[in-house]
Amino acid sequence: MTDIQTLPNELNIKPARYIDAEEEALARKNRLYKIARWTLPSLVMIIAVGAWQAYVIVAEVPHYVLPAPSLIAKTLFTDWSVLWPALVVTGRLTFLALLLAVIGGLAIAVAFTQSKWVEMSFFPYAVILQVTPVVAIAPLLQIYMDDAFSAALLCAWIVAFFPILSNTTIGLKSADHNLQDLFSIYGASHWQRLRYLAAPSALPYFLSGLKIAGGLALIGAVVAEFVIGRAGTGLGLASTLLEASYRFNFGRLYAALVLISVMGIFIFGLMSLIIYFSLFRWHESALTRES
Amino acid sequence: MTAAQLLQMNHVEKSFADDTVALRDMNLTVEQGGFISLLGPSGCGKSTALRLIAGLIRPTSGTIAWQGGQHEGDLGVVFQEPTLMPWARVRENVWLPLRLRGIRYADCKEAIMLALELVGLKQFHNAYPRELSGGMKMRVSIARALVTKPRLILMDEPFAALDEITRQKMNNDLLELRDAMGCTVIFVTHSVAESVFLSDRIVVMAARPGRVVSEVRIDIKESRGSEYRTSVEFASYAREASDALQQAMALRS
Repeated sequence: MTDIQTLPNELNIKPARYIDAEEEALARKNRLYKIARWTLPSLVMIIAVGAWQAYVIVAEVPHYVLPAPSLIAKTLFTDWSVLWPALVVTGRLTFLALLLAVIGGLAIAVAFTQSKWVEMSFFPYAVILQVTPVVAIAPLLQIYMDDAFSAALLCAWIVAFFPILSNTTIGLKSADHNLQDLFSIYGASHWQRLRYLAAPSALPYFLSGLKIAGGLALIGAVVAEFVIGRAGTGLGLASTLLEASYRFNFGRLYAALVLISVMGIFIFGLMSLIIYFSLFRWHESALTRES
Repeated sequence: MTAAQLLQMNHVEKSFADDTVALRDMNLTVEQGGFISLLGPSGCGKSTALRLIAGLIRPTSGTIAWQGGQHEGDLGVVFQEPTLMPWARVRENVWLPLRLRGIRYADCKEAIMLALELVGLKQFHNAYPRELSGGMKMRVSIARALVTKPRLILMDEPFAALDEITRQKMNNDLLELRDAMGCTVIFVTHSVAESVFLSDRIVVMAARPGRVVSEVRIDIKESRGSEYRTSVEFASYAREASDALQQAMALRS
C-alpha cells in the first residue's frame, strides 16, 4: 500500500471530482445559504421599515413623537450640511481614541508580561478604571482637564483600552509551552522571545480585543459628547442628537442616530476585515472547513 | 569498537519541590554516532532525563558533561508534538534555530533547503503547518532539529501520535537520516518494537522512583530495512527488551 508520506506532492494535485446526487444537494443547500445570508436580513429590514412607515401614516403619529422613515431619509439629505461635519467630529474622536487604546493597551500589556511586579502593582487599577462607569468619571475629567477635547478623548480611551489590555496580556502568556522550551534550548533572548513567540501567539487575542474596543470607542465618544458637550468636541453626532431632542427636531435626532449606528457597523466591518486578513493564513478561527 | 564519547551523565538525580524523586542515580555514557532508546513505563523519568540533557532543568545532584563542552547548535530537539509555529511557513519554522542566533534568512537558505530535502519536504517550504498532515509536520520538526547540524538529537516520543503505517515509515527514514548526518540520537519511547528497530542500545527504566534498571544491546551493524522488522533477530531482541521491560515494571523500590 502506498503511504501518503512517500508521495507528499500528491497532496497538491486535486483529483477530478465526481459529483454525485448527495454532493449536488449539499452544494445547492450551500448556495441557498449564501443567498439567504444577505436576503433574509434585508427582507426583515424592508418589512420593519415598511411597517413603521405604514403605522406612522395610518395612525397619524405626529413627527415629534415618531418620525416616519421617509422623513428621516429626507432629513439626512436636507441636514447633510450639519450632519456631515458632526460625523467627522465623532469619527475623529472615535478613531483617535481607538488608536490610543491600541498603543496604550499594547504597551501596558507588554509591560505587565515583562514584569510580574508591574502587573501585580497596576493591574487592579486597570480593572478599577474599567469597572467604574465612564459616565461617572466624565464630569470629573472635564473639571480637571483644561482642554475639553482631551477630556473627551481620555473618556473614550478609558472605555476602549481595557479589552485590548486584558486580551493581549492573556495572549502574550499563552504561547505553547513546548515552543517556549524550544526557544530556551536555542538560547533565545528576552526580546527574541517577545518578538518571535509571544507577539504572534498574542495576535489572535489582541485582534478579538480590538474588535470589542472598536465598538467601545464609539460608545465612549458618544458618552463623552453627551457629558462634556459641544464645548470640548465641537458639534459631534451625539451632541447634535441631544440638541435636536431639546428642539423636538426628531427627524434630525433619528438621522443622527442612524449615522451613529452606521458608523458602528462600519467599525465592526473594518475590524472583521483586519482580523480576517491578519489570520486567514494560519489561524483556526479563519478556516472554513470542508465537510 | 570504542567510539568517541559525546556525553556523560554521572550520578544524576532530580527531585522536585514536593520531594518526588523523578530520577535517581542515572549514569549514562553516550557514544558518538550511537542510537540510544530510553524505554520504560510512564513516570520512569525518561522525559525528565531528556529535559536534563537538554538543559531545560538542572539536576538536583550529579553532573552532565559534554565532551569538549557544549556549543551553539550542538543540540537538536524533537518533541512529542511537532511544536511548529502555526503563523510561520515551513521554511521559517526550520529557520528558527538559526534565526535565534542572528543569522539572516538569505545567509542560511541553503542549509534550510537541505534540511527540508533530507526529510523529503523541500517542495513544501512555502506551506503553513496546518496544510500538512501529522507525519509531515513531524518531518518539519525533524528538519528544524537537523538544520544546525547538531552533534546530538533528543527525541521525546516523536512518533507516538502517528498511525502505525506512518510510524514505520518515519522509523525507516529516521535511520537513513541518522546514517546520512552521522549524528547521535537519544530517543524516548514506550514502544518495544520501535526501540528494537531503531537503537544500538536500549536503556530500560523503572518508575517510582525513576531509574535505569537494565540495558539491552543490539548488535546489528548492517543497515536495517523493512525486512529487519520481520527477522528472527528482531523477534529475539524484541523478546529480550520486552522481558526487561516486564521486569522493570514488576520492580518496587
